[in-house]
Amino acid sequence: MKDSSAILKSGTTLAAIAAICTALVAATYHLTADRIAANDKAILEQSLQPALSDIFYDSGVSESRLVIPPPHDLPGSEAAIIYRVYATENPVAALFVVTARDGFSGPIRILLGVNYDGVVTGVRILQHRETPGLGDKIVSTRSDWVHQFADRSLADPVVAGWAIERDGGEFDQLTGASVTPRAVVKAMRDTLIYFDAHRDEIFAAAATEDAS
Amino acid sequence: MNRAALTERLKAGVWKDNPGLVQLLGLCPLLAVTTTLVNGIGLGVATLLVLTFSNALVSATRRWIRDEIRIPIYVLIIASLVTCIELIFKAWFPTLDRSLGIFIPLIVTNCAIVARAEVFASRNSVADSIVDGIGMGTGFALLLMAIGFFRELLGQASVLSDVSMLTGNDAFSGFSFADSGLLLAILPPGAFFSLALAVAVKNAFDRKRRRSRNMGGTRSLRRSD
Repeated sequence: MKDSSAILKSGTTLAAIAAICTALVAATYHLTADRIAANDKAILEQSLQPALSDIFYDSGVSESRLVIPPPHDLPGSEAAIIYRVYATENPVAALFVVTARDGFSGPIRILLGVNYDGVVTGVRILQHRETPGLGDKIVSTRSDWVHQFADRSLADPVVAGWAIERDGGEFDQLTGASVTPRAVVKAMRDTLIYFDAHRDEIFAAAATEDAS
Repeated sequence: MNRAALTERLKAGVWKDNPGLVQLLGLCPLLAVTTTLVNGIGLGVATLLVLTFSNALVSATRRWIRDEIRIPIYVLIIASLVTCIELIFKAWFPTLDRSLGIFIPLIVTNCAIVARAEVFASRNSVADSIVDGIGMGTGFALLLMAIGFFRELLGQASVLSDVSMLTGNDAFSGFSFADSGLLLAILPPGAFFSLALAVAVKNAFDRKRRRSRNMGGTRSLRRSD
C-alpha cells in the first residue's frame, strides 16, 4: 500500500511539473510565433537577393516557390526549389536552389539566379561543409571566386567550357581545392541546361503550396 | 545571504570552480561553437540564462520533489527553459540563432547545468541558487568569450567580425587586421589547444598567487612577532 501511494505521489508531481513546463513553452511559442515567421520570410528574401543583382521585378519572390520533387534532372537527389521572378506579370528571372553532391565534404547548397534569356545573374553558396580557408573560398564573403559567373551563360562559354581550368574549362579553380569548385561549376552547368530545356514549364507552373 | 558569502559564491563560479576550466563540464558546446567572439557571447549568454532560471526553478520546487524522480524533473525543467530561450533567440536574434544552430537546443545536454541542479540548487535556498547560477553561468560565458576571442583573433585575424548578428545592423562589422589568419585555430584542434592553454594559464596564475600568499603569510607572522 505504502509503495503504491509513493508511486502515485511521484507520478502526480511529475505530471504537474510537465504541465507547468508545457504551459511555459506554449506561452513563449505564442508570443514569438509571428515574429519568427516574419524573420524566416525576411531571411529567405534577403538570402535570395544577391542572386538577382539589379533586375527589376515587382512580384513576391518567396510566394512564387516551385518545389520539384526527385527524381529530376537538376543537380542533387533531394527536392530542388525554384523561385520565379516576374515584372508586370512577365517572367524575368528564375532562382534555383540546388545541391551539388560531389563536394569535398558533404552536400553544397547553391543559389543560382538566371534571367529569362539564360544569363546568370548571380550565384551564392547557401550551405556547405568545405574546408575552412580552402574550399570555403566559394563563399562570397571569403573570396571573389563566385563572382566570375555573373553574366555568363550556356553560350558564353559553350557547354564544354563550363568546367574549371584544370579540366580544360574556362573558370578559375581555387588554390589547394579543386574538388569543391569542380562540383559547384558542374551543378551550375546542369542547372543552366535544365533551365534551357524547361523554361516555359517553369514559369507556367503554379506555386507549390506549403505542406503545413 | 550576507555580502561576503555572495561574492564568495560568485567568485567560485567565475574562477575557483569555473565549470569549464576546473570542472571541465559542458565541453561539447565550448569546443564546437567558439570559433568567433560573437558566437561565444551568444552561447554564453544563453547558457547563463538557462542555468540561472533552472537553478531557481529546481530550488523552488525542491521540497515537493522526491529523490527518485528528481533527474527526470531536472531534465524537464531544463529542456523547457532551453526551448523558450531558443524561441526567443529565433524571434529577436535570428541570424545569431542560425549561426549557433544546433548548439542552442544542445544546451539541454550541457552537463554543467544538470550538475548545478543536482549539487547545488536541490540543497540550497532560491536566492543562493540564483546567485550560484549567475556565478557559474558567468564563468562559463566568460570562458566561451575568451576562447572565442582568442580563436577568432588567431584564425581570422579579426575581432567581433559577426557583431551585426547581435546588433542587427550592418553599420559596424568588427575589426579586421588581415585577410586570413592561422587556419588551425578555427579548426577543431584549435579548440582543444585553446582550452588547454586557458586551463594552463589559470593553474599557473593560481600557483603564483598561492606562492605569493604563502610568502605574505610568513611575513605577517614575523611582523606579529
